[in-house]
Amino acid sequence: MITAKDIRRILLVSGWFMILTLPILGMRVDPLSDNILWRLKNVMWVGLGTVVLQSLPHLWHLYLYLQAGMIRLWHHLMGTPPHKIVEKTAHRDSLINRVITNPRQRAILCAVVLTLTIIYPQVVNEYQINIMIMAFLYIMLGLGLNIVVGMAGLLDLGFVAFYAVGAYTYALLNLHYGINFWMALPLGGIFAGIFGLLLGFPILRLRGDYLAIVTLGFGEIIRVILENWIELTHGVAGIVNIPGPTFFGLGLTPSQKILYLYYLMVLFVVITIFVVNRLQDSRLGRAWLALREDEIACQAMGIDKRRTKLAAFSLGAFWAGIAGVVFAAQNRSVYPVSFSFLESAMILSIVVLGGMGSIVGVILGALILILLPEYLRELSQYRMLFFGAILVLMMIFRPQGLISVVRRKYDIDSIKAEEKEGGA
Amino acid sequence: MHFDSQYFIELFASGLTKGSIYALIALGYTMVYGIVGLINFAHGEIYMIGAFVFFLASSLLTVLGLPMWAMICIATAASIFWAGGYGYTVEKIAYKPLRNAPRLSPLISAIGMSVFLQNYVMLGQTEKYLGFPEVIPEFDFLEPFASTFSSSDFVIWVTTVIVMLILTWIIKFTRTGKAMRATAQDRTMAELVGINVNQIISATFIIGSALAAVGGILISSHTGSIHYYIGFIAGIKAFTAAVLGGIGSIPGAVLGGLVLGMAESFATGYFSSAYEDVFAFSLLVLILIFRPAGLLGRAETEKV
Amino acid sequence: MKFPLRNSAFFMAACCLFAFAPAAASAGDTIKIGVAGAHSGQLASYGLPTLKAVQIIAEQVNAKGGIHGKKIEVLSEDDLCKPEIAVNSAKKLISDGVDAVIGHTCSGPTSAVMPLYKEKSILVISPSATTPGLTKDKEYPNFFRTVAPDDAQAQVDVDFILDTLGAKKIALLDDKGDYGKSFIHFAKEQFEKDGRAKIVLEEGITQGAVDYSAIVQKIKRSQADVVLYGGYHPEASKIVTTMRKKRMKTYFVSDDGIRVQTFIDVAKKYAEGVYASSSKDTTSNPLAIKAIEEHKKKFGSEPGEFYLNAYTAMIVLVNAIDKADSTELSAVAKALRSEVVATPMGNVSFDEVGDATGIGYAVSKVVDGKFVEQK
Repeated sequence: MITAKDIRRILLVSGWFMILTLPILGMRVDPLSDNILWRLKNVMWVGLGTVVLQSLPHLWHLYLYLQAGMIRLWHHLMGTPPHKIVEKTAHRDSLINRVITNPRQRAILCAVVLTLTIIYPQVVNEYQINIMIMAFLYIMLGLGLNIVVGMAGLLDLGFVAFYAVGAYTYALLNLHYGINFWMALPLGGIFAGIFGLLLGFPILRLRGDYLAIVTLGFGEIIRVILENWIELTHGVAGIVNIPGPTFFGLGLTPSQKILYLYYLMVLFVVITIFVVNRLQDSRLGRAWLALREDEIACQAMGIDKRRTKLAAFSLGAFWAGIAGVVFAAQNRSVYPVSFSFLESAMILSIVVLGGMGSIVGVILGALILILLPEYLRELSQYRMLFFGAILVLMMIFRPQGLISVVRRKYDIDSIKAEEKEGGA
Repeated sequence: MHFDSQYFIELFASGLTKGSIYALIALGYTMVYGIVGLINFAHGEIYMIGAFVFFLASSLLTVLGLPMWAMICIATAASIFWAGGYGYTVEKIAYKPLRNAPRLSPLISAIGMSVFLQNYVMLGQTEKYLGFPEVIPEFDFLEPFASTFSSSDFVIWVTTVIVMLILTWIIKFTRTGKAMRATAQDRTMAELVGINVNQIISATFIIGSALAAVGGILISSHTGSIHYYIGFIAGIKAFTAAVLGGIGSIPGAVLGGLVLGMAESFATGYFSSAYEDVFAFSLLVLILIFRPAGLLGRAETEKV
Repeated sequence: MKFPLRNSAFFMAACCLFAFAPAAASAGDTIKIGVAGAHSGQLASYGLPTLKAVQIIAEQVNAKGGIHGKKIEVLSEDDLCKPEIAVNSAKKLISDGVDAVIGHTCSGPTSAVMPLYKEKSILVISPSATTPGLTKDKEYPNFFRTVAPDDAQAQVDVDFILDTLGAKKIALLDDKGDYGKSFIHFAKEQFEKDGRAKIVLEEGITQGAVDYSAIVQKIKRSQADVVLYGGYHPEASKIVTTMRKKRMKTYFVSDDGIRVQTFIDVAKKYAEGVYASSSKDTTSNPLAIKAIEEHKKKFGSEPGEFYLNAYTAMIVLVNAIDKADSTELSAVAKALRSEVVATPMGNVSFDEVGDATGIGYAVSKVVDGKFVEQK
């Protein structure tokens, strides 16, 4: 219920927000006359909005209270004994995890999702297909970064550098040597992987935020070089007219090309998921997890820290490189501006939003963060505002991400029970 | 080619200015990091908001016909008040609920806040560049050096030194400062000895934001313009400077800023300005390879 | 009521057609015109005026019953001037079935999306993309523009520096952006070809940096008579301010990226004496005056950058569709090339590669806080 204290608090907070927004939203300097234009209506709206927002939880409580009262009244009138309201919230979060951990349900889920994915381009227009291709691209990038950040726990703010290496590998090899998409695909990945190794060596000693800023710097270095080494990269003018992927040398119409690219992306994403999933359960994957949890304990257990870290960096980079080649082929052009820090932040947001270390989470994160701004296009000017707000709200209400990782654990009790049965 | 000492001094002066600018913003970063261990990406935005509030307040006061000095004083006070207010509110909304969350969550929240505030100012004010009033007059006694540095350069240098000294004093000798250090060392322990940790963290954010506002006013007056995006670019460089100097260390932030500014200035002067960022970041990588905790940062001993 | 497009040849034709043609076209049939460009973000001030110009004319045409009875439908897409987003915008417009596109704002995104439009034979008229290759490479028969390309602008600046200022030592500066870099590239070629002046410095600066005094010291040491800068006003105002504060009297010449009132508002007294090239003065053209009045009436403010270019682009497009009586690319392109249309930017037609004839550049100087065209 709302008490007088609550109301006072609500009004205080609203008042504070009105003061806070007074200069930015409430005033404006008229550029022609240098006069101040007062727009106090905006501030009033902020005040009203904050009052409403703060009242919502109270109203919700009020609603629940009334509902409970109504139910009691109903039972009273009917003469039936009131039964307890069942608490349902306890295990709700883990539904998706339960599905994933159950092999049969997982198979069904995968089949359903895959079928939907395959049918999708038949029912929507080309623009929607293109958006989906973009989303798939970011799923690949997210899964790549997930190896580095989610599994190995190395905070990388310059992931976009490897993406750029992949994209430019294809663009340049195609420009100078006419190498086609299929040849460039592994090459782009390998080049990016080598860059990952090169970057990995000097920063093995760094931890946490120091690592973050060095990787950020590395990302910027790559971008600035791409911008300025005009002889090689054409600078900011970019490289245009990059051919899309070929299909056994057959000529395709533009709309067929898009379909082809779409199914190709589906294939890539499936392969990525498969590989990452296998990696997670491999010796290396477990070493990464151990490294993330405790470096010292990890070393004490005899894991080679250097090799494990380098493997994480280069494998993550390899994946980004492949995504880069696909990006170049999809966009048909590459420009240095596409590889800015904000892009790194975007990919990192995908991983963290989805739930670090969780494959399903990364997929969901990519779909949300890529599709949302596209569908918010109608609101064009406001979409980045919403994007920022959503990131903050997500973190406040679900800091572990959409999907929290299921830790593989052995149920001691059930093992004991089994042993007992076996022994008896 | 013989060594041109005049040119060297000129480049040194411009490096000093750039470095001081980075340092002014880096101080806020490093303070917050030192106490809550959080990269406050929205710090650059607070700096930008501080500059905007000063711009609006000074325009209003000019219309009202106040004299120059009164206008500067009141507008600066307004700018500090609102920047502090935003810093305080941002902490309460975006960081406080995440104190015990996984380490990356507050970082994402900070990036979100930064994007949000940028667009908030863009929509609330304008997407265009605005002319910023020149608050630093041209001093007559600096006229002989005009070709090397201007009075706004001079004021920025002096302010940076003063701010650093005041901040060091606050942290070393005041009660709040002692409580801050205690909170930085061990939050739970600080709570146990009766320190109101929430209050201390709020105070840190308010002081850091007030510094950002001062920086915002001086730097915008120096560059002559404001725009909703200035905070982001300056923020990234300032963050680099803070890490370079050893994040969490107050003198480190200033040293880091100066090293970064000098590196960029000399790279431009003797090599090419196209690659100044490459120089700056390469230097960062090099220094961190040999001193993984930054120039003045203390390497943490690993506890098992 | 005044006829909004009284002076244009197109309007008379449209008026007659409307009066005499039977109402044959079905109501649902529209001509879809896409407007793509920076509608938000840092470069929005270069892209939004285009959208407004298109909206104003579309409204007028629709109020008069459309083109051959077909109403114009404006579809706007924001590309933030980022190539990868522009590709999405273009694909969206294409799948929405646009007949023609006014845009994109920036050169980079435009060159990124042109292959897509070409594939679908969609006409594109850009009011602001100046990279010469877009037309000169003859790659895109579907591309037109109502702005002079970079090389033409560079030529005007170079001639001015050599003939009027009589400079001997030149410092070339660019902001490493596609526009500034391309402008400086052509200026350098022309200086070298002419041979009268020597290039003593060539630098690219970092956009958005907090301080440019190091590069200014470098300019001072090079003892250049003239700084030719390629880029936009935010950096230019910082550099000019620093130069003047260091008591340097070096001439500062730049492109139309700085020829905006904001540049003078920001640099204040330090802007005095700066030269900038831009489209020829249109203040005496009655059509331009009217176009600006319409903007003031509808939006209550002075129009922004490239407003007149976009206005012109829309007028010629509407005229060409009207003349061709179709939205098919080859017919409209032919009409664009053959018709000479009176527009706010003068009498405009298009040459074989798609550049507008009749749109030229002149150099202006900042005098008492205003740009004044130099004769």
